[in-house]
Amino acid sequence: MLFKKLPFSPWHLLLMPLALLFVLPLVQMLLTSFMSNAEINQFPPKLIPTSLHLEGWRALLAETNAPRWLLNSILVSAVSVVSHLILCSTAGYGFARLKFAGRGVAFVAVVATVMIPIQLLMIPTYLMFARIGIVDTLAAAFVPWLASAFGIFLMRQFFLSLPAELEEAALIDGCGRWRTFRSIVLPLARPAMATLAVFTLLSSWNDLLWPLIAISDDSRFTLQVGLATFQGTRHTEWSQLMAGNVLATMPLILAFLLAQRRFIATMTFSGLKG
Amino acid sequence: MWAFFISRAKWNGITAGVPVGWRNYQQLAQDPDMLAAARHTLLLTVLFVPSSIVLGIVVAIALNQRIRLIGFYRTCIFVPYVASAAATGILASFVFNPQFGAANDILRHLGIPQQQFLESPSQALYVIVLIALWGEVGFTTVIYLAALQDIPKELVEAATMDGAGRWRVFRHVTLPELRPVTVFASVWQTITAVQLFDLIYTTTRGGPLNSTQTVVYYIYELAFQTQRLGYGAAAAYLLFVVTLLLTLGIIWYSRRRGSEVF
Repeated sequence: MLFKKLPFSPWHLLLMPLALLFVLPLVQMLLTSFMSNAEINQFPPKLIPTSLHLEGWRALLAETNAPRWLLNSILVSAVSVVSHLILCSTAGYGFARLKFAGRGVAFVAVVATVMIPIQLLMIPTYLMFARIGIVDTLAAAFVPWLASAFGIFLMRQFFLSLPAELEEAALIDGCGRWRTFRSIVLPLARPAMATLAVFTLLSSWNDLLWPLIAISDDSRFTLQVGLATFQGTRHTEWSQLMAGNVLATMPLILAFLLAQRRFIATMTFSGLKG
Repeated sequence: MWAFFISRAKWNGITAGVPVGWRNYQQLAQDPDMLAAARHTLLLTVLFVPSSIVLGIVVAIALNQRIRLIGFYRTCIFVPYVASAAATGILASFVFNPQFGAANDILRHLGIPQQQFLESPSQALYVIVLIALWGEVGFTTVIYLAALQDIPKELVEAATMDGAGRWRVFRHVTLPELRPVTVFASVWQTITAVQLFDLIYTTTRGGPLNSTQTVVYYIYELAFQTQRLGYGAAAAYLLFVVTLLLTLGIIWYSRRRGSEVF
Protein backbone atom coordinates (compact mmCIF):
# COMPACT_ATOMS: atom_id res chain seq x y z
CA MET A 1 0.00 0.00 0.00
CA LEU A 2 1.12 3.47 -0.90
CA PHE A 3 -0.32 4.91 2.28
CA LYS A 4 1.82 2.68 4.51
CA LYS A 5 4.89 4.78 3.71
CA LEU A 6 3.41 7.97 5.11
CA PRO A 7 4.75 9.04 8.51
CA PHE A 8 1.18 10.01 9.51
CA SER A 9 -2.29 8.58 9.15
CA PRO A 10 -3.76 8.94 5.62
CA TRP A 11 -6.89 10.42 7.17
CA HIS A 12 -4.94 13.65 7.62
CA LEU A 13 -4.85 13.99 3.83
CA LEU A 14 -8.62 14.25 3.85
CA LEU A 15 -9.17 16.06 7.12
CA MET A 16 -6.56 18.80 6.87
CA PRO A 17 -7.84 20.34 3.60
CA LEU A 18 -11.41 19.87 4.79
CA ALA A 19 -10.77 21.61 8.10
CA LEU A 20 -9.12 24.51 6.27
CA LEU A 21 -12.00 24.72 3.81
CA PHE A 22 -14.44 25.04 6.69
CA VAL A 23 -12.52 27.43 8.83
CA LEU A 24 -10.56 29.65 6.40
CA PRO A 25 -13.60 31.60 5.13
CA LEU A 26 -14.33 32.56 8.73
CA VAL A 27 -10.73 33.59 9.28
CA GLN A 28 -10.84 35.59 6.08
CA MET A 29 -14.03 37.28 7.29
CA LEU A 30 -12.30 38.37 10.50
CA LEU A 31 -9.14 39.57 8.75
CA THR A 32 -10.99 41.34 5.93
CA SER A 33 -12.85 43.44 8.47
CA PHE A 34 -9.45 45.00 9.31
CA MET A 35 -8.51 45.83 5.71
CA SER A 36 -8.96 49.01 3.74
CA ASN A 37 -11.37 48.86 0.81
CA ALA A 38 -8.49 49.42 -1.62
CA GLU A 39 -6.76 46.35 -0.25
CA ILE A 40 -9.90 44.24 -0.50
CA ASN A 41 -10.48 45.15 -4.14
CA GLN A 42 -7.22 43.56 -5.28
CA PHE A 43 -6.90 40.35 -7.19
CA PRO A 44 -5.45 37.94 -6.22
CA PRO A 45 -7.02 38.46 -2.80
CA LYS A 46 -4.88 38.75 0.30
CA LEU A 47 -5.63 36.85 3.46
CA ILE A 48 -3.44 38.82 5.87
CA PRO A 49 -3.89 42.62 5.99
CA THR A 50 -0.66 44.57 5.38
CA SER A 51 -1.54 46.99 8.13
CA LEU A 52 -4.37 47.29 10.59
CA HIS A 53 -7.25 49.37 9.25
CA LEU A 54 -10.15 50.17 11.54
CA GLU A 55 -12.19 52.18 9.01
CA GLY A 56 -14.63 49.36 8.44
CA TRP A 57 -15.36 48.93 12.12
CA ARG A 58 -15.50 52.67 12.74
CA ALA A 59 -17.94 53.21 9.86
CA LEU A 60 -20.09 50.29 10.94
CA LEU A 61 -20.37 51.50 14.51
CA ALA A 62 -20.78 55.20 13.68
CA GLU A 63 -22.78 55.31 10.46
CA THR A 64 -25.19 52.45 11.00
CA ASN A 65 -27.38 51.38 13.84
CA ALA A 66 -25.22 48.29 14.40
CA PRO A 67 -24.68 48.81 18.15
CA ARG A 68 -28.45 49.10 18.47
CA TRP A 69 -28.96 45.94 16.37
CA LEU A 70 -26.53 44.05 18.58
CA LEU A 71 -28.44 45.16 21.66
CA ASN A 72 -31.75 44.15 20.03
CA SER A 73 -30.36 40.74 19.12
CA ILE A 74 -29.11 40.19 22.65
CA LEU A 75 -32.46 41.27 24.05
CA VAL A 76 -34.54 39.11 21.71
CA SER A 77 -32.34 36.05 22.29
CA ALA A 78 -32.23 36.55 26.06
CA VAL A 79 -36.02 36.86 26.31
CA SER A 80 -36.47 33.80 24.06
CA VAL A 81 -34.04 31.66 26.03
CA VAL A 82 -35.38 32.61 29.46
CA SER A 83 -39.01 32.22 28.49
CA HIS A 84 -38.26 28.94 26.73
CA LEU A 85 -36.63 27.63 29.89
CA ILE A 86 -39.58 28.65 32.06
CA LEU A 87 -42.49 27.78 29.77
CA CYS A 88 -41.13 24.61 28.20
CA SER A 89 -39.94 23.12 31.47
CA THR A 90 -43.26 23.75 33.24
CA ALA A 91 -45.34 22.61 30.25
CA GLY A 92 -43.08 19.59 29.72
CA TYR A 93 -43.37 18.68 33.39
CA GLY A 94 -47.14 19.02 33.22
CA PHE A 95 -47.32 16.68 30.26
CA ALA A 96 -44.96 14.20 31.90
CA ARG A 97 -46.34 14.01 35.44
CA LEU A 98 -49.64 15.75 36.02
CA LYS A 99 -52.72 13.78 35.17
CA PHE A 100 -55.49 15.85 33.64
CA ALA A 101 -58.34 15.26 31.22
CA GLY A 102 -57.32 15.52 27.60
CA ARG A 103 -53.61 15.33 28.32
CA GLY A 104 -52.91 12.91 25.49
CA VAL A 105 -54.85 14.91 22.93
CA ALA A 106 -53.27 18.19 24.04
CA PHE A 107 -49.78 16.72 23.80
CA VAL A 108 -50.35 15.34 20.32
CA ALA A 109 -51.75 18.72 19.28
CA VAL A 110 -48.61 20.46 20.57
CA VAL A 111 -46.23 18.02 18.90
CA ALA A 112 -48.14 18.15 15.61
CA THR A 113 -47.37 21.86 15.31
CA VAL A 114 -43.69 20.93 14.83
CA MET A 115 -44.66 19.84 11.34
CA ILE A 116 -46.07 23.26 10.40
CA PRO A 117 -43.38 25.34 8.76
CA ILE A 118 -42.77 29.00 9.48
CA GLN A 119 -43.63 29.84 5.86
CA LEU A 120 -47.20 28.78 6.48
CA LEU A 121 -47.49 30.53 9.83
CA MET A 122 -45.83 33.78 8.89
CA ILE A 123 -48.73 35.27 6.94
CA PRO A 124 -51.47 34.67 9.53
CA THR A 125 -49.10 35.58 12.38
CA TYR A 126 -48.19 38.80 10.63
CA LEU A 127 -51.84 39.71 10.11
CA MET A 128 -52.64 38.83 13.71
CA PHE A 129 -49.78 40.96 15.02
CA ALA A 130 -50.83 43.80 12.72
CA ARG A 131 -54.32 43.61 14.19
CA ILE A 132 -53.14 43.81 17.81
CA GLY A 133 -50.67 46.51 16.79
CA ILE A 134 -47.31 44.99 17.72
CA VAL A 135 -45.85 44.73 14.22
CA ASP A 136 -42.63 46.70 14.03
CA THR A 137 -41.86 46.46 17.75
CA LEU A 138 -39.19 44.29 19.34
CA ALA A 139 -41.99 42.27 20.91
CA ALA A 140 -43.02 41.12 17.44
CA ALA A 141 -39.57 39.60 17.04
CA PHE A 142 -39.67 37.47 20.16
CA VAL A 143 -43.32 36.69 20.83
CA PRO A 144 -43.40 33.73 18.40
CA TRP A 145 -40.23 32.48 20.10
CA LEU A 146 -41.50 32.43 23.68
CA ALA A 147 -41.98 28.67 23.67
CA SER A 148 -41.84 25.94 21.09
CA ALA A 149 -43.34 22.53 20.60
CA PHE A 150 -39.86 21.12 20.19
CA GLY A 151 -38.82 22.51 23.59
CA ILE A 152 -41.90 21.13 25.33
CA PHE A 153 -41.29 17.75 23.73
CA LEU A 154 -37.62 17.77 24.76
CA MET A 155 -38.40 18.61 28.39
CA ARG A 156 -41.25 16.09 28.62
CA GLN A 157 -39.04 13.30 27.34
CA PHE A 158 -36.42 14.24 29.89
CA PHE A 159 -38.84 14.37 32.83
CA LEU A 160 -40.27 11.00 31.83
CA SER A 161 -36.78 9.53 32.09
CA LEU A 162 -36.42 10.65 35.73
CA PRO A 163 -37.47 8.12 38.37
CA ALA A 164 -40.91 9.11 39.69
CA GLU A 165 -40.13 7.66 43.17
CA LEU A 166 -37.97 10.68 43.97
CA GLU A 167 -40.86 13.07 43.53
CA GLU A 168 -43.29 10.76 45.29
CA ALA A 169 -41.00 10.71 48.31
CA ALA A 170 -40.91 14.50 48.33
CA LEU A 171 -44.67 14.73 47.99
CA ILE A 172 -45.17 12.32 50.90
CA ASP A 173 -42.79 14.39 53.00
CA GLY A 174 -45.21 17.27 52.56
CA CYS A 175 -43.57 19.08 49.71
CA GLY A 176 -46.14 20.72 47.40
CA ARG A 177 -46.20 19.98 43.67
CA TRP A 178 -44.66 23.35 42.86
CA ARG A 179 -41.92 23.04 45.47
CA THR A 180 -41.12 19.50 44.39
CA PHE A 181 -40.77 20.74 40.84
CA ARG A 182 -38.57 23.66 41.81
CA SER A 183 -36.26 22.12 44.36
CA ILE A 184 -36.11 18.44 43.32
CA VAL A 185 -36.85 18.16 39.62
CA LEU A 186 -35.36 21.32 38.16
CA PRO A 187 -31.86 20.84 39.63
CA LEU A 188 -31.80 17.37 38.03
CA ALA A 189 -32.93 18.81 34.72
CA ARG A 190 -29.85 20.96 34.24
CA PRO A 191 -28.43 19.07 31.25
CA ALA A 192 -31.76 19.13 29.43
CA MET A 193 -32.20 22.82 30.24
CA ALA A 194 -28.73 23.56 28.86
CA THR A 195 -29.59 21.72 25.65
CA LEU A 196 -32.82 23.69 25.37
CA ALA A 197 -31.01 26.98 26.01
CA VAL A 198 -28.40 26.32 23.33
CA PHE A 199 -31.05 25.24 20.86
CA THR A 200 -33.14 28.35 21.47
CA LEU A 201 -30.12 30.61 21.35
CA LEU A 202 -29.04 29.21 17.99
CA SER A 203 -32.45 29.54 16.41
CA SER A 204 -33.41 32.96 17.78
CA TRP A 205 -30.04 34.63 17.27
CA ASN A 206 -29.69 33.34 13.71
CA ASP A 207 -33.26 33.88 12.56
CA LEU A 208 -33.65 36.19 9.59
CA LEU A 209 -36.98 35.50 7.89
CA TRP A 210 -39.40 36.31 10.70
CA PRO A 211 -37.81 39.52 12.05
CA LEU A 212 -37.33 40.64 8.43
CA ILE A 213 -41.08 40.45 7.97
CA ALA A 214 -42.16 41.69 11.39
CA ILE A 215 -39.85 44.68 11.72
CA SER A 216 -39.32 47.50 9.28
CA ASP A 217 -37.90 50.24 11.49
CA ASP A 218 -34.12 50.41 11.27
CA SER A 219 -33.62 51.03 15.00
CA ARG A 220 -35.52 47.84 15.90
CA PHE A 221 -33.69 45.46 13.56
CA THR A 222 -31.88 42.47 14.93
CA LEU A 223 -28.30 42.02 13.75
CA GLN A 224 -29.21 39.51 11.03
CA VAL A 225 -31.90 41.77 9.57
CA GLY A 226 -29.71 44.84 9.90
CA LEU A 227 -26.87 43.18 8.04
CA ALA A 228 -29.05 41.76 5.30
CA THR A 229 -30.64 45.16 4.71
CA PHE A 230 -27.33 46.95 4.96
CA GLN A 231 -25.88 44.54 2.40
CA GLY A 232 -28.63 45.53 -0.03
CA THR A 233 -27.66 49.19 0.08
CA ARG A 234 -23.87 49.09 0.48
CA HIS A 235 -22.81 45.87 -1.09
CA THR A 236 -19.40 47.22 -2.05
CA GLU A 237 -18.23 48.30 1.40
CA TRP A 238 -16.76 44.95 2.24
CA SER A 239 -14.77 45.87 5.32
CA GLN A 240 -17.93 47.24 6.96
CA LEU A 241 -19.95 44.23 5.89
CA MET A 242 -17.34 41.82 7.19
CA ALA A 243 -17.13 43.74 10.47
CA GLY A 244 -20.90 43.39 10.75
CA ASN A 245 -20.61 39.71 9.94
CA VAL A 246 -18.03 39.27 12.68
CA LEU A 247 -20.41 40.98 15.10
CA ALA A 248 -23.25 38.69 14.02
CA THR A 249 -21.36 35.40 14.17
CA MET A 250 -18.60 35.80 16.76
CA PRO A 251 -20.78 35.70 19.89
CA LEU A 252 -22.08 32.26 18.94
CA ILE A 253 -18.72 31.05 17.63
CA LEU A 254 -17.04 32.04 20.90
CA ALA A 255 -19.82 30.39 22.87
CA PHE A 256 -19.33 27.30 20.72
CA LEU A 257 -15.58 27.22 21.33
CA LEU A 258 -16.08 27.61 25.07
CA ALA A 259 -18.90 25.10 25.42
CA GLN A 260 -18.33 22.79 22.49
CA ARG A 261 -19.57 19.73 24.35
CA ARG A 262 -22.87 21.40 25.15
CA PHE A 263 -23.40 22.50 21.55
CA ILE A 264 -22.58 19.09 20.15
CA ALA A 265 -24.90 17.45 22.65
CA THR A 266 -27.64 19.80 21.44
CA MET A 267 -27.01 19.03 17.79
CA THR A 268 -26.96 15.31 18.53
CA PHE A 269 -30.13 15.53 20.56
CA SER A 270 -32.10 17.43 17.94
CA GLY A 271 -30.72 14.91 15.49
CA LEU A 272 -31.55 11.71 17.25
CA LYS A 273 -34.68 12.54 19.13
CA GLY A 274 -36.16 15.41 17.12
CA MET B 1 -56.29 26.97 10.06
CA TRP B 2 -56.53 30.69 9.52
CA ALA B 3 -53.86 30.37 6.86
CA PHE B 4 -56.29 28.23 4.91
CA PHE B 5 -58.99 30.91 4.96
CA ILE B 6 -56.49 33.53 3.88
CA SER B 7 -55.35 31.30 1.08
CA ARG B 8 -58.87 31.34 -0.30
CA ALA B 9 -59.10 35.13 -0.34
CA LYS B 10 -57.77 38.00 -2.36
CA TRP B 11 -56.21 40.14 0.28
CA ASN B 12 -53.74 42.97 0.23
CA GLY B 13 -53.54 43.36 3.98
CA ILE B 14 -54.98 46.86 3.96
CA THR B 15 -58.60 46.44 2.91
CA ALA B 16 -60.73 43.52 4.04
CA GLY B 17 -60.18 40.21 2.29
CA VAL B 18 -62.58 39.01 -0.40
CA PRO B 19 -63.20 35.27 -0.50
CA VAL B 20 -62.40 33.86 -3.90
CA GLY B 21 -62.81 30.15 -3.31
CA TRP B 22 -60.19 27.98 -4.99
CA ARG B 23 -59.19 30.62 -7.52
CA ASN B 24 -55.80 31.27 -5.90
CA TYR B 25 -54.96 27.59 -6.21
CA GLN B 26 -56.13 27.39 -9.82
CA GLN B 27 -54.05 30.41 -10.65
CA LEU B 28 -51.00 28.90 -8.90
CA ALA B 29 -51.12 25.82 -11.09
CA GLN B 30 -50.69 28.01 -14.18
CA ASP B 31 -48.32 30.60 -12.77
CA PRO B 32 -45.02 30.26 -14.71
CA ASP B 33 -43.09 31.92 -11.85
CA MET B 34 -44.48 29.37 -9.41
CA LEU B 35 -43.55 26.49 -11.70
CA ALA B 36 -40.02 27.84 -12.14
CA ALA B 37 -39.72 28.30 -8.37
CA ALA B 38 -40.90 24.74 -7.82
CA ARG B 39 -38.31 23.50 -10.31
CA HIS B 40 -35.52 25.39 -8.55
CA THR B 41 -36.61 24.10 -5.15
CA LEU B 42 -36.72 20.55 -6.46
CA LEU B 43 -33.26 20.79 -8.05
CA LEU B 44 -31.83 22.31 -4.89
CA THR B 45 -33.34 19.58 -2.70
CA VAL B 46 -32.26 16.76 -4.99
CA LEU B 47 -28.68 18.05 -5.00
CA PHE B 48 -28.47 19.09 -1.36
CA VAL B 49 -30.02 16.16 0.54
CA PRO B 50 -27.97 13.24 -0.83
CA SER B 51 -24.70 15.18 -0.83
CA SER B 52 -25.14 16.38 2.73
CA ILE B 53 -25.81 12.80 3.81
CA VAL B 54 -22.89 11.24 1.90
CA LEU B 55 -20.53 13.98 3.07
CA GLY B 56 -21.86 13.63 6.62
CA ILE B 57 -21.07 9.90 6.64
CA VAL B 58 -17.62 10.30 5.08
CA VAL B 59 -16.58 13.16 7.36
CA ALA B 60 -18.01 11.42 10.43
CA ILE B 61 -15.97 8.28 9.66
CA ALA B 62 -12.86 10.40 9.21
CA LEU B 63 -13.53 12.24 12.47
CA ASN B 64 -14.08 8.94 14.27
CA GLN B 65 -10.42 7.91 13.81
CA ARG B 66 -8.07 8.04 16.74
CA ILE B 67 -5.38 10.26 15.28
CA ARG B 68 -3.60 13.40 16.35
CA LEU B 69 -5.30 16.78 15.91
CA ILE B 70 -8.72 15.13 15.82
CA GLY B 71 -10.14 17.64 18.29
CA PHE B 72 -8.90 20.47 16.10
CA TYR B 73 -10.46 18.95 13.00
CA ARG B 74 -13.78 18.45 14.74
CA THR B 75 -13.91 22.04 15.94
CA CYS B 76 -13.07 23.40 12.48
CA ILE B 77 -15.69 21.34 10.72
CA PHE B 78 -18.49 22.06 13.20
CA VAL B 79 -17.92 25.79 13.55
CA PRO B 80 -19.72 26.95 10.37
CA TYR B 81 -22.93 25.36 11.65
CA VAL B 82 -23.32 27.98 14.39
CA ALA B 83 -22.79 30.89 12.00
CA SER B 84 -26.12 32.31 10.86
CA ALA B 85 -27.22 31.57 7.31
CA ALA B 86 -27.57 35.32 6.73
CA ALA B 87 -23.93 35.97 7.66
CA THR B 88 -22.84 32.88 5.72
CA GLY B 89 -24.57 34.31 2.66
CA ILE B 90 -22.80 37.65 2.97
CA LEU B 91 -19.46 35.93 3.50
CA ALA B 92 -20.13 33.69 0.50
CA SER B 93 -20.93 36.60 -1.78
CA PHE B 94 -17.50 37.92 -0.82
CA VAL B 95 -15.66 34.64 -1.36
CA PHE B 96 -17.44 34.03 -4.68
CA ASN B 97 -17.12 37.60 -5.87
CA PRO B 98 -16.20 37.39 -9.58
CA GLN B 99 -13.74 40.32 -9.43
CA PHE B 100 -11.63 39.64 -6.34
CA GLY B 101 -13.07 36.59 -4.56
CA ALA B 102 -10.96 33.77 -3.21
CA ALA B 103 -12.89 31.15 -5.21
CA ASN B 104 -11.70 32.58 -8.51
CA ASP B 105 -8.18 32.79 -7.12
CA ILE B 106 -8.25 29.05 -6.42
CA LEU B 107 -9.55 28.37 -9.94
CA ARG B 108 -6.72 30.53 -11.31
CA HIS B 109 -4.16 28.36 -9.50
CA LEU B 110 -5.77 25.27 -10.96
CA GLY B 111 -5.69 26.79 -14.43
CA ILE B 112 -9.47 26.99 -14.75
CA PRO B 113 -11.00 30.12 -16.35
CA GLN B 114 -12.62 32.71 -14.08
CA GLN B 115 -16.29 32.21 -13.30
CA GLN B 116 -19.23 34.51 -12.55
CA PHE B 117 -20.63 32.21 -9.82
CA LEU B 118 -23.59 33.90 -8.11
CA GLU B 119 -23.91 36.44 -10.90
CA SER B 120 -24.43 33.82 -13.57
CA PRO B 121 -27.99 32.51 -14.03
CA SER B 122 -26.66 29.07 -14.96
CA GLN B 123 -24.30 28.69 -11.96
CA ALA B 124 -25.95 30.56 -9.08
CA LEU B 125 -28.16 27.73 -7.86
CA TYR B 126 -25.26 25.26 -7.78
CA VAL B 127 -23.10 27.72 -5.87
CA ILE B 128 -25.93 28.13 -3.36
CA VAL B 129 -26.04 24.35 -2.88
CA LEU B 130 -22.29 24.41 -2.16
CA ILE B 131 -22.68 27.22 0.37
CA ALA B 132 -25.60 25.48 2.04
CA LEU B 133 -23.49 22.33 2.31
CA TRP B 134 -20.67 24.31 3.91
CA GLY B 135 -23.09 25.55 6.56
CA GLU B 136 -25.02 22.33 7.15
CA VAL B 137 -22.58 19.44 6.81
CA GLY B 138 -21.50 20.05 10.42
CA PHE B 139 -24.96 18.97 11.50
CA THR B 140 -25.16 15.70 9.57
CA THR B 141 -21.58 14.94 10.59
CA VAL B 142 -22.39 15.37 14.29
CA ILE B 143 -25.36 13.04 14.22
CA TYR B 144 -23.52 10.41 12.19
CA LEU B 145 -20.52 10.67 14.49
CA ALA B 146 -22.76 10.06 17.50
CA ALA B 147 -24.38 7.13 15.72
CA LEU B 148 -21.00 5.64 14.76
CA GLN B 149 -19.89 5.78 18.37
CA ASP B 150 -23.05 3.96 19.40
CA ILE B 151 -22.31 0.96 17.17
CA PRO B 152 -21.22 -1.88 19.46
CA LYS B 153 -17.52 -2.66 18.90
CA GLU B 154 -18.22 -6.39 19.15
CA LEU B 155 -20.26 -6.19 15.97
CA VAL B 156 -17.36 -4.86 13.93
CA GLU B 157 -14.89 -7.22 15.62
CA ALA B 158 -17.06 -10.24 14.95
CA ALA B 159 -17.35 -9.35 11.28
CA THR B 160 -13.59 -8.84 11.01
CA MET B 161 -12.95 -12.19 12.72
CA ASP B 162 -15.21 -13.82 10.17
CA GLY B 163 -12.87 -12.52 7.51
CA ALA B 164 -14.75 -9.49 6.23
CA GLY B 165 -12.53 -6.77 4.79
CA ARG B 166 -12.84 -3.13 5.75
CA TRP B 167 -15.14 -2.29 2.87
CA ARG B 168 -17.45 -5.24 3.58
CA VAL B 169 -17.61 -4.37 7.27
CA PHE B 170 -18.63 -0.87 6.29
CA ARG B 171 -21.12 -2.04 3.69
CA HIS B 172 -22.78 -4.81 5.69
CA VAL B 173 -22.33 -3.78 9.31
CA THR B 174 -21.84 -0.04 9.62
CA LEU B 175 -24.27 1.23 6.99
CA PRO B 176 -27.25 -0.85 8.17
CA GLU B 177 -26.57 0.32 11.74
CA LEU B 178 -26.69 3.91 10.53
CA ARG B 179 -29.97 3.51 8.70
CA PRO B 180 -32.25 5.07 11.34
CA VAL B 181 -30.04 8.16 11.39
CA THR B 182 -30.11 8.28 7.61
CA VAL B 183 -33.90 8.28 7.59
CA PHE B 184 -33.96 11.09 10.09
CA ALA B 185 -31.26 13.04 8.26
CA SER B 186 -33.10 12.75 4.94
CA VAL B 187 -36.29 14.12 6.46
CA TRP B 188 -34.49 16.90 8.29
CA GLN B 189 -32.30 17.94 5.38
CA THR B 190 -35.25 17.84 2.98
CA ILE B 191 -37.09 20.27 5.22
CA THR B 192 -33.95 22.42 5.49
CA ALA B 193 -33.51 22.49 1.72
CA VAL B 194 -37.15 23.22 0.95
CA GLN B 195 -37.27 26.03 3.50
CA LEU B 196 -33.95 27.60 2.57
CA PHE B 197 -34.49 31.35 2.64
CA ASP B 198 -31.88 33.32 4.60
CA LEU B 199 -29.01 32.16 2.42
CA ILE B 200 -30.80 33.08 -0.80
CA TYR B 201 -31.81 36.43 0.62
CA THR B 202 -28.24 37.45 1.42
CA THR B 203 -26.61 36.03 -1.72
CA THR B 204 -28.80 36.50 -4.78
CA ARG B 205 -32.29 37.63 -3.61
CA GLY B 206 -33.72 35.14 -6.06
CA GLY B 207 -31.68 36.50 -9.00
CA PRO B 208 -29.97 36.66 -11.40
CA LEU B 209 -33.00 36.52 -13.72
CA ASN B 210 -34.98 34.65 -11.04
CA SER B 211 -32.65 31.67 -11.45
CA THR B 212 -32.46 31.07 -7.68
CA GLN B 213 -36.03 31.98 -6.82
CA THR B 214 -37.33 29.09 -4.74
CA VAL B 215 -40.89 28.52 -3.58
CA VAL B 216 -40.21 29.94 -0.13
CA TYR B 217 -38.59 33.01 -1.63
CA TYR B 218 -41.52 33.42 -4.02
CA ILE B 219 -43.97 33.21 -1.11
CA TYR B 220 -42.02 35.91 0.70
CA GLU B 221 -42.09 38.14 -2.37
CA LEU B 222 -45.78 37.58 -3.00
CA ALA B 223 -46.89 38.20 0.55
CA PHE B 224 -44.49 40.84 1.79
CA GLN B 225 -43.16 42.64 -1.28
CA THR B 226 -46.22 42.74 -3.49
CA GLN B 227 -48.79 42.43 -0.67
CA ARG B 228 -50.66 39.54 -2.29
CA LEU B 229 -51.21 37.86 1.05
CA GLY B 230 -53.98 35.51 -0.02
CA TYR B 231 -52.09 34.25 -3.03
CA GLY B 232 -48.93 33.86 -0.96
CA ALA B 233 -50.80 31.89 1.69
CA ALA B 234 -52.13 29.57 -1.00
CA ALA B 235 -48.57 28.96 -2.21
CA ALA B 236 -47.47 28.37 1.41
CA TYR B 237 -50.24 25.82 1.89
CA LEU B 238 -49.24 24.00 -1.24
CA LEU B 239 -45.61 23.92 -0.09
CA PHE B 240 -46.65 22.58 3.31
CA VAL B 241 -48.71 19.78 1.80
CA VAL B 242 -45.91 18.79 -0.57
CA THR B 243 -43.32 18.80 2.25
CA LEU B 244 -45.62 16.75 4.44
CA LEU B 245 -46.17 14.19 1.67
CA LEU B 246 -42.44 14.05 1.00
CA THR B 247 -41.70 13.49 4.69
CA LEU B 248 -44.34 10.80 5.01
CA GLY B 249 -43.00 9.25 1.81
CA ILE B 250 -39.49 8.96 3.22
CA ILE B 251 -40.80 7.49 6.47
CA TRP B 252 -43.06 5.05 4.64
CA TYR B 253 -40.22 3.95 2.39
CA SER B 254 -37.90 3.40 5.35
CA ARG B 255 -40.56 1.43 7.24
CA ARG B 256 -40.91 -0.85 4.27
CA ARG B 257 -37.16 -1.32 4.30
CA GLY B 258 -37.52 -2.38 7.90
CA SER B 259 -36.14 0.38 10.07
CA GLU B 260 -38.24 1.67 12.91
CA VAL B 261 -37.46 5.28 13.60
CA PHE B 262 -40.68 7.16 13.97
